[in-house]
Amino acid sequence: MAEERDSAEALVSEIHKKITDAFEVFDHEFNKTVDIREIGTIIRSLGCFPSEGELHDIIAEVEEEEPTGYIHFEKFLPVMTKVLMERKFCPIPEHLLMQAFEVLDQQKKGFLEPEELKKHLTQEGEPFTREEMEEMFSAALDPDKNVIFYKDFVSMMTIEET
Amino acid sequence: MGCGTSAATEAQGRLSEKDDSVKAPSPALTMKAAILIQRWYRRYVARLEIRRRYTWSIFQSIEYAGEQDQLQLSSFFSFMLDNFTQISGNGPDLISHLLDPALTEEEKQATFEGVEVSDSYSGPHISFPLTVSDTNALLSAFKAQQILHARYVLQLLYETKRFLKQMPNIIYLSTSYTKEITVCGDLHGRLDDLLLIFYKNGLPSTDNPYVFNGDFVDRGKKSIEIIIILFAFLLLYPDHMHLNRGNHEDHIMNLRYGFTKEVMQKYRTHGRQILQLLQDIFSLLPVATVIDDKVLIVHGGISDMTDLEFLGSIERQKIKSVLRLPKSFEDVEAERGLEKICGQAGSLRSAGGPSGGTRKRRCRRRKPSSGSSSSSSSSSSSSSSSISSPRGASQVWSSPLPSPRVPSPTDLLQLPFLDSIVAVASLAPPREEAGWKQIVDLLWSDPKKQDGCTANTFRGGGCYFGPDVTRRLLQRHGLQLLIRSHECKQEGYEFCHDGQVITIFSASNYYEEGSNRGAYVKLGPDMVPRFFQYQVSRCTRKLTLHQRVSVAESSALKSLKEKLFAHRSELMAAFQEYDVNKTGCISITDWAQATESVLKLDLPWRTLRPRLARLAPDGAVEYQSCFEDVSAGQPVPQISPNLAETLYRYRTDLEIVFNIIDKDHSGLISIDEFRQTWKLFSSHLNVDVDDSAIDDLARSIDYNKDGSIDFNEFLEAFRVVHKLDTKEKQQG
Repeated sequence: MAEERDSAEALVSEIHKKITDAFEVFDHEFNKTVDIREIGTIIRSLGCFPSEGELHDIIAEVEEEEPTGYIHFEKFLPVMTKVLMERKFCPIPEHLLMQAFEVLDQQKKGFLEPEELKKHLTQEGEPFTREEMEEMFSAALDPDKNVIFYKDFVSMMTIEET
Repeated sequence: MGCGTSAATEAQGRLSEKDDSVKAPSPALTMKAAILIQRWYRRYVARLEIRRRYTWSIFQSIEYAGEQDQLQLSSFFSFMLDNFTQISGNGPDLISHLLDPALTEEEKQATFEGVEVSDSYSGPHISFPLTVSDTNALLSAFKAQQILHARYVLQLLYETKRFLKQMPNIIYLSTSYTKEITVCGDLHGRLDDLLLIFYKNGLPSTDNPYVFNGDFVDRGKKSIEIIIILFAFLLLYPDHMHLNRGNHEDHIMNLRYGFTKEVMQKYRTHGRQILQLLQDIFSLLPVATVIDDKVLIVHGGISDMTDLEFLGSIERQKIKSVLRLPKSFEDVEAERGLEKICGQAGSLRSAGGPSGGTRKRRCRRRKPSSGSSSSSSSSSSSSSSSISSPRGASQVWSSPLPSPRVPSPTDLLQLPFLDSIVAVASLAPPREEAGWKQIVDLLWSDPKKQDGCTANTFRGGGCYFGPDVTRRLLQRHGLQLLIRSHECKQEGYEFCHDGQVITIFSASNYYEEGSNRGAYVKLGPDMVPRFFQYQVSRCTRKLTLHQRVSVAESSALKSLKEKLFAHRSELMAAFQEYDVNKTGCISITDWAQATESVLKLDLPWRTLRPRLARLAPDGAVEYQSCFEDVSAGQPVPQISPNLAETLYRYRTDLEIVFNIIDKDHSGLISIDEFRQTWKLFSSHLNVDVDDSAIDDLARSIDYNKDGSIDFNEFLEAFRVVHKLDTKEKQQG
C-alpha cells in the first residue's frame, strides 16, 4: 500500500541520515572519504557489531579496486544501508552475555579471576590485545577483591551505554 | 530480531542447552562465549570512541570559532584606531589604549631601575647575569605559587629583548656537540606540564638543549611564569635554549585568550609596561629553527609559498601582530578610508554582509576543494594567508566613508563597519606584504591529508598544506622532516604526510581533564625521533576509559549548551519556521538543519541530539528542551531578553574592552565610556540595540549613582548557570 511504501521510504531516509552522520564524524577532510581503519568504529557506532572476520568482508565490499586507504561514501552508503535494513550483526542481549560469562565461569563461583578471563579473551575467539584486556580490567575488576563480578559488570556496562 | 547467520544465533541455542548440563563446557562453546564477550566489549569501546571524537569536534569547533571571533575583534580595534582620535571629549585616548598600551611619558622613561623591591617582598630575587641558582630559585618559587617581583620581570624582559635583537629569523642548530635535542610543543600557560617535562627530561643545560615551539601563553593560568622560566634559561644558555614564535605570541590574541588579563591581575602597577615589552619581545622571537640542515621546526606549518631564504631576510620585528597589518599599510588605509568588501575576498571570510541582523560567524571547517581555492587569492596562484591581507588585485569599492569625526551616539548605527577584510590598493609595498604572509603561514597553517594548498578558513589564517607541499619544501631545502605544533593531539604527538611531518603538543588535558596526553620529542644525530608522553593528573587513581570520555564529554556538552542558550532567540525563530502547526515539535532532520544554520558549528548534530534535546513520543524533537539545562545566573530586571542574550554571547569581548578602558584597573568605568563602547561594539556586530535600552542599562547598573559602573559586577550577571550543577550542589 502507498502508506507502507511511504513508511519504507521514510525508514530508508532515516537510515541514510544516520549513516551520513556517523560517517561525517570521521570525514576529517570533508570530502566524503574516511580512513579505512575507522570503518570498524563507524559500523559499530551504528549499532552493528560484526566480528573482525565479518568486518573484513564488509571492508572488501566497500573499498576501491585499487585500495587507496580511503573509503568513499558512495560505496559505503548502500552496503551499510543493507546491513542496517537486514539487521545484520545485531546487538547482544544482556541475558546472553550473562550466559557467556557463566560458560567461562566453570566452577560457577559467580565471579571470574582475572587470569581466567585473560586466558580466554586473549587466546580464544578473536583475541584481545593487551591494551584491550587492561582496559577491560580497569573497568571490570573489583578493586578490593581483585576479581570480576560479571553480573555487576554487565549491568553497569548496559546502563552506561545509554 | 532476524539476526542472520551470525554466530550469536548458534551460541544462543547452545548456551541455553548448556544450562542443564553438568559437565565442563566444550572448547567450542567456550570459544563462542569468548567471541560474544569480545564482540560486545569492542562495540562498547567503539561507542566510546565515537563519543570521544565528537567531544573533540565540539571542543575544536568552539575553540576555532573563538579564534574567528578574535579576528573580528581585532578588525574592530583596527578600524577604531584608524578612524577615531577620541571617543569621549576629555577622557583618555581610547584608541591608543586599545592596541598599544599607551605608556605615559613617565612610564616610557622609566626602566626597571626605578622599581624598588621592598623589604616585605618574599618572592625570589634574581641578579644579572643570571646563573643556575637564579633559575633554580625561580623554579622553586613558582612551584610554591610565588610571584616574581615586577622589577625582576622588567629586568629580565629588557635583557631578553636585547638578546633577541641579535638573533636571526631562522636559527640553525647542530647535534654534533650534544647528544640529543628535545623539542616541545604548545604549553599554553600550563606550568605543571613544563615542570613535568623538566622532571622527566632534565633542566635545559649545555648537555641538554631544548627547542620550545611556540604558544607558551594564553588559556592556562601560569603563562607569565612559563615565560619567565623560558626567558631565564634562554639568557642562561643562549646556545642551548631556543624559542620559536607561535600564533599566541601576539598581543592581540593575548587580549582575548587570557594572557593580558593574567599579567594585569598579577602586576597591577607595572602590567602595562610588562605587556609593552612583551609585545616587542614576541615580535623578536625567531620564527623557525633548523637542526642539522635536516629538520625544520615551526609552530604552525608551511604553505606552497614558504621560502626559507626569503624568510631569513625579512624584518620580523615589524610584525607585532599578524592580526594587524604591518605599520606601513595603516597610513594608506587611513587615507582611503575603509570599505566593505564585496566579492571574492569577502565570500571567503566571515559572512557578515551589509545586511543587518545578527553577525554570522564563519566557524565552518569547510575547506574549499582545490578547484575553488581561487576564492582565497584573487590574483596569485597560491592560496595562502587569508587573514586580513591586502590584496594587490582590483577590488570592489563601495561608497566612501564619511570623514572621520567623533561620532555622536545616534550616528553610530549608520557607520559602515569593517568586517574582516581590509582592502588596500597596490600601493602596499609588495615585499612587506609578502614577508608578512610568510610569517602568517608559518604560525597558523595546518597539515591536511589530501594534496594541495588551500586557505585555512577554519582558523581564519594561514593555510592547509598537503603532503605534496611538504615534500616539495623539504626537497627544495634538502630537509628530511618538519616538526610543528599548533594542534592538540590525543596522544600528544602525531605523524602525518608519510612520516614527513610530526605534530608535537605539550599541554596535557588541554580541553579537559583526561582529554589528551602531552608529549615531547628527542632527536639525535641519527635524526630518528623518540617520543615521550605524559599527563598531568589531579587524582592518583587511574580513570577508566569510560570515565575519561565522560568527563571530557560533559564539559564539551556544557560549552555547547551555553552556545545554544546564547543564540536562543535565533534558534527559536529557526525552529518555529519548521513548526508550521505550532506543536512545539519538529523532525530530527529539521532540528539538525536549523541548529547548524544558526550556530554554524560543523558538528554531527543528529548524533549529539540525544544529549541536547528531548524527543516526543512520536519521535519528533521537542525543541524547547534544548534550553532547559542552562539558565541565566541572576536576572537583571531592566534588561529585555534580547539584550540579555546578546550580552551573554559577547560577554568575553565586552570584558576585554572594559578592561582596556579601565586604565587604572579600578574595576570602574564611567557611564559615558560604557555607553560609547557598547554602541560602537553593537554597531560593529550589526546588533540591533536601541539607544534608550542602553541608556537605561547604564543607569540601572550605576548602583550608587556616582556616574561610574563596576563592570565586573555587571558582567557577573551575564554568566550562565547549568541547572544540573546547581542541583548537584544542592544535593551534595
